[in-house]
Amino acid sequence: MAKVTLKGVKKSYGQVKAIHGVDMEIQDGEFIVIVGPSGCGKSTLLRMIAGLEAITEGTISIGDRVVNDIEPRDRDIAMVFQNYALYPHMSVYENMSYGLRIRGMSKSDIEKRVQRAAEILQLQPYLQRKPRELSGGQRQRVAMGRAIVREPSVFLFDEPLSNLDAKLRVQMRLEIKRLHQQLGVTSIYVTHDQVEAMTLADRLVVMNLGRADQIGAPHEVYARPATTYVGGFIGSPAMNFLSCRVENGSGGPRAVLSDGTALALPTAWSVPPGEYTLGIRPEHLRTARPGETPHLMLEVDVAEELGADTLLHGKIAGEELVARVPSYAGYHDHSKPGLITDITLAHLFDKESGLRIAV
Amino acid sequence: MIERRPIADFVGHLILIVTVLIVAFPIYLAVIAASHDLAGISQVPMPLLPGSEFFTNMANALLEGPKIVGVGRGTSALLLMSNSLIMAISIAVGKIIISLLSAFAIVYFRFPLRTFFFWMIFITLMLPVEVRIIPTFKVVADLGLLDTYTGLVLPLIASATATFLFRQFFMTVPDELVEAARIDGAGPMRFFWDVLVPLSRTSIAAMFVIQFIYGWNQYLWPLLIAAAPEYQTIVLAIGRLMRAPDAYEEWPLIMAMAVLALLPPVVVVVLMQRWFVKGLVETEK
Ligand SMILES: Nc1ncnc2c1ncn2[C@@H]1O[C@H](COP(=O)(O)OP(=O)(O)OP(=O)(O)O)[C@@H](O)[C@H]1O
Ligand SMILES: [Mg+2]
Repeated sequence: MAKVTLKGVKKSYGQVKAIHGVDMEIQDGEFIVIVGPSGCGKSTLLRMIAGLEAITEGTISIGDRVVNDIEPRDRDIAMVFQNYALYPHMSVYENMSYGLRIRGMSKSDIEKRVQRAAEILQLQPYLQRKPRELSGGQRQRVAMGRAIVREPSVFLFDEPLSNLDAKLRVQMRLEIKRLHQQLGVTSIYVTHDQVEAMTLADRLVVMNLGRADQIGAPHEVYARPATTYVGGFIGSPAMNFLSCRVENGSGGPRAVLSDGTALALPTAWSVPPGEYTLGIRPEHLRTARPGETPHLMLEVDVAEELGADTLLHGKIAGEELVARVPSYAGYHDHSKPGLITDITLAHLFDKESGLRIAV
Repeated sequence: MIERRPIADFVGHLILIVTVLIVAFPIYLAVIAASHDLAGISQVPMPLLPGSEFFTNMANALLEGPKIVGVGRGTSALLLMSNSLIMAISIAVGKIIISLLSAFAIVYFRFPLRTFFFWMIFITLMLPVEVRIIPTFKVVADLGLLDTYTGLVLPLIASATATFLFRQFFMTVPDELVEAARIDGAGPMRFFWDVLVPLSRTSIAAMFVIQFIYGWNQYLWPLLIAAAPEYQTIVLAIGRLMRAPDAYEEWPLIMAMAVLALLPPVVVVVLMQRWFVKGLVETEK
């Protein structure tokens, strides 16, 4: 087990810059999830840690060792690939033991390790089968088994569940979580699925265009997104963004939308007047009860019923907005509900840079 | 195709059967001719049913064939066959090894002039043995390799076709497999032996069949290189037998030798066919 440190890590492919400088410190035994949209450089970053991709600038250390110039096999890591990358002509047993055989480990030790991993992953009945004789979920487990038998100090996962169907994905997600609790090995996990990210991570790294926008615990990333990008990426449906002008009136600060609607901000917020982006999560909006004065009036164009909740899609001050309300509220397409929001849960971002404003 | 189209099926089968008959008839005739004695085969019209002398003729052909006909200073057909076998197997195995290695280098390594070498190999595709035969002969002669197995085999071993086939196959092997092997600690040659070669075995089988037949059927090259009868091949000998002064006296024997010459390629195809089918049924990727 080991900690992993990235210092100013950059990657260019010729003129194309894929990673613009990432710094992070991963603690021993931590489960880190790197999340972000397609093409943001998640795999590139992971592959640099694995040693499959050269590091253009910066340093990566595993344990106390800078590994920039160390071959993958000597980095004490194991990797699980998206398409499993099992050797098709080898049995499950051979697949799992191949790395150990290369290392010249004795037959009996190999046997012990493989049996133990097979037990953890419930693979004993399949040890003599070829990968093609296994289901997707079983192959996935073999790929994990191959990583486990190595007893590495770091596990690397590159979207290991994305080839599985939805149900199996949920199940394997849980297994990975259990496995991590059981083995306690430092793990770095790449995914573009935010549910996977939120549920698995001790800490999340939200990547955007080759940068780590925010690194933090899932609840912290959710509650205090560092940028509009992170706010929009984490949470489903995505956070609503409204352009506003903040004014400091007699009754405390107010956010004035482009159509003149004014929202009173918490008096504790000390924000210099100016142009901002206000972020409100759909789940922090509710319909006004009789007698309440709504904060916002929504013109619903589509109401999506999800069962327990209904998503009201519409416009406020010319900008798209979604509210998540309980289905019994009974709103439908083209209704015009008044909405109430708990403004203390809202987020304020700089209009230009999209950075969070500390209030 | 799942549809049932009786007429199309019938026409298809008809064409196949007729073609098979056309191709197989001369071979059938050779077998028939090898099973009669000279009197039997000299009848007009020639008999179309097997005679009783097949095994006698075969045994004679195998042990004394060339001697009876009087060519090649009486080298036994057994020696000629074994020469052919050595040549065909060496060429097939040599071509496979060289092509596997060069395809491996071209696909998996970045080295200076890589594209240049690639195109050089490509260009040799356009230069079959016959085109470069005079310079090649000169080189082999200067190296003192006339009348040796090395001289017979070596110049025929380089193979652009097989290199291309393996290159094509290697390019379909997913990159992740290479990376998984790197993480597992396999060096390049280890990866080659433990992963690439086993994965290529159906292509290797296909190449072996094609190149074995290519090697077995070589005529011009052994004709130039092997002056001594001990190094001649069966295909070469058959060419000589046909032109021997006594050829018409020994027609059944000559036909028996022709049938003998046919057998090893047939055996190779039949044996390897099982591999093809296996390879087709269990697609491994
Ligand atoms: N070999 C390469 N040559 C040039 N550009 C590359 C290369 N590999 C990746 N890139 C670029 O680097 C960027 C990051 O790629 P990367 O594979 O890390 O994305 P990702 O976040 O893993 O996306 P996905 O979720 O689709 O897997 C992309 O813009 C990609 O086009
Ligand atoms: Mg990726």
